[in-house]
Amino acid sequence: MKTVYLDNNATTRTAPEVVEAMLPFFSDMYGNPSSMHFFGGQVGRYVKEAREKVAALIGAHPEEIVFTSCGTESDNAAIMGTLYSYPEKKHIVISRVEHPAVLNVAHQLQARGYRVTELGVNHEGQLDLDELRTVLTDETALVSIMSANNETGVLFPIDEIAAMVREKGIPFHTDAVQSIGKIPMDLRKSPIDMLSLSGHKLHAPKGVGALYIRKGTRFAPFVVGGHQEAGRRGGTENVPFIVGLGRAAEFAMDHLREENTRVKALRDRLEAELLKSIPNTMVNGDAQNRLPNTCNLSFEYIEGESILMLLSDEGVCASSGSACTSGSLQPSHVLRAMGVPFTAAHGSIRFSLSIYNNDADIDHVIATMPPIIQRLRDISPFWKDYLEGKPLSSFLTGGDIEHHVHG
Amino acid sequence: MWDYTDKVKDHFLNPRNVGEVENPDGIGEVGSLACGDALRLTFSLDEQKRIKDIKFKTFGCASAIASSSALTEIVKGMTLEEAEKVNNQDLAEFLGGLPEEKMHCSVMGKEALEAAIANYRGEAVVKEEYEIICKCFGVTDKEIERVAKENRLTTVAQVTDFTKAGGGCQACHPKIEDILKLLWGSKPAEPAEKRLPKGKKLSNLQKIRLIEETLEREILPPIRSDGGDLELIDIDGSKVMVALRGTCSFCPQSSFTLKHFVEAKLREFVSPEIEVEEVKP
Repeated sequence: MKTVYLDNNATTRTAPEVVEAMLPFFSDMYGNPSSMHFFGGQVGRYVKEAREKVAALIGAHPEEIVFTSCGTESDNAAIMGTLYSYPEKKHIVISRVEHPAVLNVAHQLQARGYRVTELGVNHEGQLDLDELRTVLTDETALVSIMSANNETGVLFPIDEIAAMVREKGIPFHTDAVQSIGKIPMDLRKSPIDMLSLSGHKLHAPKGVGALYIRKGTRFAPFVVGGHQEAGRRGGTENVPFIVGLGRAAEFAMDHLREENTRVKALRDRLEAELLKSIPNTMVNGDAQNRLPNTCNLSFEYIEGESILMLLSDEGVCASSGSACTSGSLQPSHVLRAMGVPFTAAHGSIRFSLSIYNNDADIDHVIATMPPIIQRLRDISPFWKDYLEGKPLSSFLTGGDIEHHVHG
Repeated sequence: MWDYTDKVKDHFLNPRNVGEVENPDGIGEVGSLACGDALRLTFSLDEQKRIKDIKFKTFGCASAIASSSALTEIVKGMTLEEAEKVNNQDLAEFLGGLPEEKMHCSVMGKEALEAAIANYRGEAVVKEEYEIICKCFGVTDKEIERVAKENRLTTVAQVTDFTKAGGGCQACHPKIEDILKLLWGSKPAEPAEKRLPKGKKLSNLQKIRLIEETLEREILPPIRSDGGDLELIDIDGSKVMVALRGTCSFCPQSSFTLKHFVEAKLREFVSPEIEVEEVKP
């Protein structure tokens, strides 16, 4: 069975070019870049080169790049490193739709006495910038807002937000794990102070990330140890993976145009065809301001895990914001924050593409999806009721809890 | 990805008895669209008052659909008195086990059956006094109590796995703890052997759970009080592989302890076929 991999917001294939670039550092080139001898020094040069490549991808200066172990570490370091630098300030601002790498750090801080403001989003998943303006105070240590949402692909006007926060003299961090490599980013023209990115979302392997820290930004190390990364992150450099991330940054630059033309066209065709062929289907999130590779659809009256299992049976890999896929019992916090109707919240499917996808992949999904949805709707008690125009009884809605309690 | 058994996959991919019985004798509906799973069960009886035809329609995940399908297969041909005795463990067992977090799917099946039988008899489904404990999922104190008792649940996390209660805003966790405290008091839940009738075949999942419970309750406390410890390494069929730690690891009596204490206890509480093997470091 052919694998059609459409889950690239979860992780991407490591590009063969990247693997090739990494290999020497598992064998001959095993020196420690901090060593004083020639053997370590020759390795150090490759780390420097990788730093330059990552900096080039986002329009930064190489000295502003700190290599980390993953996007989550970058997010944690940005938040904690800032709070350590401003011990007197006890307020942070995030959005309600952040990735758990930011959201759960904030919740933990809240439990330790910090005040956390979570900005809500509208039904398109967009922030209210006026609300942001009103919540910033002298007490605010940090604002951390993602660039692109991992579930819906919705893009926030991140430069505008960063400018607003800078005006108040407050540090601004963005979790750009989903946007870097998919859309252009130029930090020379943006007032962002800190930015997190992750290797495995842009065809580098899992286990490497980077944190951009603008020159002049106050920052105390989160991982404390040796002098590596100019004292901003202790720990011997993960040389093969750093070299891999550098090569992947170059690879992303080379394919940025393709991502925003060919890949985007594939996504648009997939979305348009599914909306056309399957009734009661809706797009989750702001369709205009969105990553070029992401498509989040809800199919009413059925449940996401069942859809995923049947898709998986056809070789198609996607993901869902349904409760059952996460092990939690509620649908995704992003869809709930957007107020997606309950008829649709449990039936969401995210397709996320990459440059490795082609027309045949999309054709396969366009052909397999309608019968899968129909099959599950035939099993669902709600679909027939809906077709027959029966009113949504309490059994259907859960609206009137007293009438359908689990007694 | 969930570790579903082949039986669960089969009943999800090829569900039995999907649909609605025309002019049913009984109909039961539980769950809701907002909660993420729901089940409508309809049945008709033959002249001997046995379940002649039974069909389901389910909105939910793979294990919810598989549990519904399993339910219809199990109770078809039963009298209502027999069907009433089918509990959620029977459903899970029929499917070769369900992931712990999905046990609520089997509970939903059991409840739909109860509701359908009550509907046939003309009883109101909810007749007792109750309090809604979990407002997110509409779960009452009565259900939590009953499911906790039937499945010997002792922690809030288990109650959430089996009933969904406490899986939303979590505000009701203290109340669930109170219910468990009232139910079990300070004494541990009733012994494991009562939970599964002797001679009944255990699913792998049940066996692993039972072995772990027996270790925690019966075996580890006396060993630990002697400064020793024991770690469960693997379970392969009836073979239980353990490693000895602490003072046990260099005790000359340890093989005696394994055979005459650990193995004996596991045979008593889990299955007479259990063999214990030591994994050397």
